[in-house]
Amino acid sequence: MNKTKQNYFPLEEALIKEFGKKAAVWTEDELPGISQLRHQALAAFKKTGFPHNKLEKWRSTDMEPVYQEPLTVHTEETTYDKKIDEIFQCDVHGFQARVLSMLNGSFYGPEESALTVSADGVIAGSLRKAQQKYPELVGQYYGKAKTAVPDGFKSANTAMARDGIFIYVPDNVEVKDSFQLIKILNKKGLMVHTRNLMVLGKNAKLTFLHCDDSVNHHEGLINTYTEVFLDENSELELYKLQNLNDETALVNQTVVHQSAYSRLKVNVMTLNGGLIRNEIVDQMDGEGAWSDINGLFLIDKEQHVDNQVYVYHNVPNCESNQLFKGVLDEQSLGVFNGFVYVAPDAQKTNAFQQSSNILMSRDAHIDTMPQLEIYADDVKCSHGATVGQLDKEALFYLMQRGIPFNDARMLLMYAFADEVLGKIAIEPLRVNIEDMVKRRLRGELSICDRCVLHCSHPDKPIEFDIDLSKI
Amino acid sequence: MTDESKEKDVLQEVTSGEYKYGFFTDIEADQAPKGLSEDIIRFISAKKEEPEWLLEFRLKAYRHWLTIEEPDWALLKHPPIDYQDIIYYSAPKKKKELSSLDEVDPELLDTFNKLGISLEEQKHLAGVAVDAVVDSVSVKTTFQETLKKHDIIFSSFSEAVQEHPDLVKKYLGSVVPYTDNYFAALNSAVFTDGSFCFIPKGVRCPIELSTYFRINAANTGQFERTLIVAEEGGYVSYLEGCTAPMRDENQLHAAIVELIALDNAEIKYSTVQNWYPGDKNGKGGIYNFVTKRGLCKGNSSKISWTQVETGSAITWKYPSCILLGDNSVGEFYSVAVTNNFQQADTGTKMMHLGKNTKSTIISKGISAGHSNNSYRGMVRVGKRAENARNFSQCDSLLLGDKCGAHTFPYIKTNNPTAIVEHEATTSKISEDQLFYCQQRGIDMEKSIGLIVNGYAKEVLNKLPMEFAVEAQKLLAITLEGSVG
Repeated sequence: MNKTKQNYFPLEEALIKEFGKKAAVWTEDELPGISQLRHQALAAFKKTGFPHNKLEKWRSTDMEPVYQEPLTVHTEETTYDKKIDEIFQCDVHGFQARVLSMLNGSFYGPEESALTVSADGVIAGSLRKAQQKYPELVGQYYGKAKTAVPDGFKSANTAMARDGIFIYVPDNVEVKDSFQLIKILNKKGLMVHTRNLMVLGKNAKLTFLHCDDSVNHHEGLINTYTEVFLDENSELELYKLQNLNDETALVNQTVVHQSAYSRLKVNVMTLNGGLIRNEIVDQMDGEGAWSDINGLFLIDKEQHVDNQVYVYHNVPNCESNQLFKGVLDEQSLGVFNGFVYVAPDAQKTNAFQQSSNILMSRDAHIDTMPQLEIYADDVKCSHGATVGQLDKEALFYLMQRGIPFNDARMLLMYAFADEVLGKIAIEPLRVNIEDMVKRRLRGELSICDRCVLHCSHPDKPIEFDIDLSKI
Repeated sequence: MTDESKEKDVLQEVTSGEYKYGFFTDIEADQAPKGLSEDIIRFISAKKEEPEWLLEFRLKAYRHWLTIEEPDWALLKHPPIDYQDIIYYSAPKKKKELSSLDEVDPELLDTFNKLGISLEEQKHLAGVAVDAVVDSVSVKTTFQETLKKHDIIFSSFSEAVQEHPDLVKKYLGSVVPYTDNYFAALNSAVFTDGSFCFIPKGVRCPIELSTYFRINAANTGQFERTLIVAEEGGYVSYLEGCTAPMRDENQLHAAIVELIALDNAEIKYSTVQNWYPGDKNGKGGIYNFVTKRGLCKGNSSKISWTQVETGSAITWKYPSCILLGDNSVGEFYSVAVTNNFQQADTGTKMMHLGKNTKSTIISKGISAGHSNNSYRGMVRVGKRAENARNFSQCDSLLLGDKCGAHTFPYIKTNNPTAIVEHEATTSKISEDQLFYCQQRGIDMEKSIGLIVNGYAKEVLNKLPMEFAVEAQKLLAITLEGSVG
C-alpha cells in the first residue's frame, strides 16, 4: 500500500522527521555503504509505513494502537555514567557469561570495553565502534541478510539503527564462555532501534543469550534486527529470554544464513511482555545445514505474543525442526506462524513443525498457522498443531493418587513445557529457567523487577504439598 | 536402461496423459453480447423472465462487485482476467416441449453418451434423477414424478424462481451473501441457472440427486447457482459432476453453492470436478473460482462435503461449514489431483459456533508434472462453542520433482474447551511400497496406480457408489492412460 503524506501515523511521522534531522550528521562517522542503505530503507519506509494487519504476515497482530502513542524516536547515544549493576541486577546462579549491555538503544559500558579483541581473535562489542575499526569486515556482512518478506519494521531499523552488538568469531575458534546481552529500557515513551550482527567463521562455536528486560513500567517500543552469518561447520546456540513489562512492545527480527554443515539452535522463552513479536528467518544456503528452533511462551493478562518462523530450504540435504509451545491464561493472545519453504531441487530435505497450545481461560485466544510450501519431491516434511486443555484423564489419575488439584494441574503444565525446556543445553541456564517456569506457572511471579534469572532460586525448589517420591 | 531412469520414464508416461473428454457439441446458442454492464444484467434477468426483487438482488451485487478487487492471496498465477471479454449469457435455443428422450437434441445425447452418463441408462438403472445443465439452461429433468410423491422439489434454478419464489427469496444469499467475496459478487450479479432442491420436513430423499454441468460454446463463462435446503429431519445426497470439452482460450467458471440444514437434517454433497485442465504445455483450461458453503442452522444437523478435483487449469475452492446449531457436524473429504501446469488452491473452513460441534477434514493432494497443489483451510472456534472438536489431516503426495505441494492451515481458537488437531505430511511415493509391489510381480505402472488409489481410498470411500467408480476412473485418467 502506498502511503501519502496525509495518512502517516504520528509515530511514522516522528520517525521520518528524526531521520531528516540526523541523517546528515550520521554520515560523518559511518561507512558509505551503511548511509546508502539508510536512505534506501527510508524511501521504502515512506512507501509502506509500519505494517498493518491487512498484511498476511501481520493478520493476527494489530499494532496500530502503538503507532498512535506519542513515543519519541530515540537515536541519542547513552553516556556511560554508572555501572550497569546499579541500573539493573543480573547474575545467574552458576552461569558464567561475558556480559554486554545495551541501554535505551545504544551500547552501554566504559569506553575501553566498547569493543574488545580477545587473544584468539574474537571481536565483541558495539557495532558502531566495529564499523569504524573494522570497516571491511562489517561492510562485508551489514545489510546482506535476506528477510522473508521485508516489512516496515525492517526498513525502519535499517534507516534508524545506530548501534547494537557485533560479534565476530574467527575460523576454528570455539568460544568457551557464553555471551550474554542484556538490553534494558529505563526511560519513558521511547522507540528504539537496535541492530546486531554476528559472524561465525569456519568450525567456530558460540553460545549467546539475549535478554530483553525492562526496568520500570513505562510504555515503549523496541525494534531489533539481528543478522547472523554461520560459515561452514560452525555452531550457534541462541537463547532469547523475554521478560518485559506489560506496556512495552517488542519487535524482534532475526535472520540467520547457514552455510554447509552449520548448526543452529534457537530457544525463545517468553515469560512476560505486553506485545511481543519474534520473527526468525533461517536461510539454509549450504548442504548439510541443521537447525532446531524452539519456543515457549507463558502469557496472561492482555499480553500478546506472536512467533513467526520462516525456514528456507534453499539447497538439498538439510534438516530443520520447529517446536513451539504455549500456555495462555486470562485474556492473552498467542500466535504461531511457522513456515517451511523447500526450493525446487532441494531434495532429501527433512522438515518438521509442531505447535502445541493450552488454553487456560475462556478469554485466551490462539491462532496457529503451520505452513508448508514444497517444490521438491524427495522430501520428508510434516507439521502438526494442537490446541486443547490439560488432559482430564491425566488430571484425574494424579488426583486419584492424592495429589491436590492445583499441584496436579501444575505438574501437567510443567510436563507440557518441559519438552522445550529440556532442549536448553547449558545446565545452569536450564535449571534457572525451569525454576522460573515453575514459579510462573504457580503464579508466584509475574514480572521480576530485576533480571528474570536473578529471581530464580533453584536451590530453594518449590514445595509440593505431597511427597513426590511416593508417587 | 537403469532402474532409476526406467522409473522416471514410467512416471513420465503415467503423468502425461491428455484430456480424454475434449470434444465440442455444435448446438445453436442464444447469446448475450460480450461484456458486463447493468444492461447485460437486465438482459439476463429479462431473458429469464425474473421477478423484480431478483433483478434488484443482481444489480446490488453488481454495484458491490464494482467496488471490490480480485483477491490475490491464493498461491495461483494466472494472467489478469478481462471480465469484459466474456459472454455472460448463452442458452441452447428453445425447442418445443419434450415428452420423451427421443425428442432431446441427438447431438446432446451423444455428448452425454461420450461422457458415459446416458440419460436412458440412468433412467432405468441407477435410480438417479439427472438435471442436466448444458450451457447454463436446464435441458432435461428426469424422475420428477418420483420426487413429487415425496413432495421434494428438485428443479433448475430458473424454474424454482418461477414456481417457488417465496422459498428462493427466503434462502437465496442467506449463506453466501453477495458481499462475501469478489467471485460471489460476480456470480450473484450474472448467474444464469443452476439447481434448486428442497427437502420438506421429515423426508428422506429416496434417490441420489445429480446434476451434470457442462461448459459448451466458446468464451462462455458459466455462473451456476445451487441452493439446497433440508428441513427438519430431512436427508439428501446430492451429486455434482463436471466435464468440459477442450478449448484453447481460458474459460471462467464462478459458481455458488449454498446448503442449509435445519434441525436433525443431513446434506451430503459430492463433487467430481473434471473441467478441461489445459493441455500438456499449460495452454487453455478452465478457471474455476467457486464459493461453496453449508450452514448447519439447526441442532444436530450435518453437512458433508466430498470432492474429487481432477480438472481445471486453476481451482480456487473452499467448501465450508458453518456449525451454528448445537451438536452439528461438518465434514470435508477431498482428493485433489493436479498434473501438467494445473494449479489448485483448495481446502475448507470450519466455523464452530454452536456447542458440541464436531468437524473432520481429510484432504489428500496429489501433484504431478509442473503443477502446484495447495491445501488452505481454516478452523475457527468461537467463544461460545463449548466442547468443539476438530480433527484435520492433510497429506500431499508428490509424483515428479518439478511439482509443488503446499499446506496452509489456519487455526483460531477462542474457547478453552475446544480440542483442535492438525496433521500434515508431504512425501513422494514410497519406494518401499513400490518395491514391495514390484517384488510381487506387479509392474511399475500398475504399482503406482495401486498406491495412488490406496492413498485416496479414505476419501473415495465417502463417495456414493455410482460416483466412486467414476472418480477412480478420473484419477486414473488424470494421471495417465491406464493406471488403476
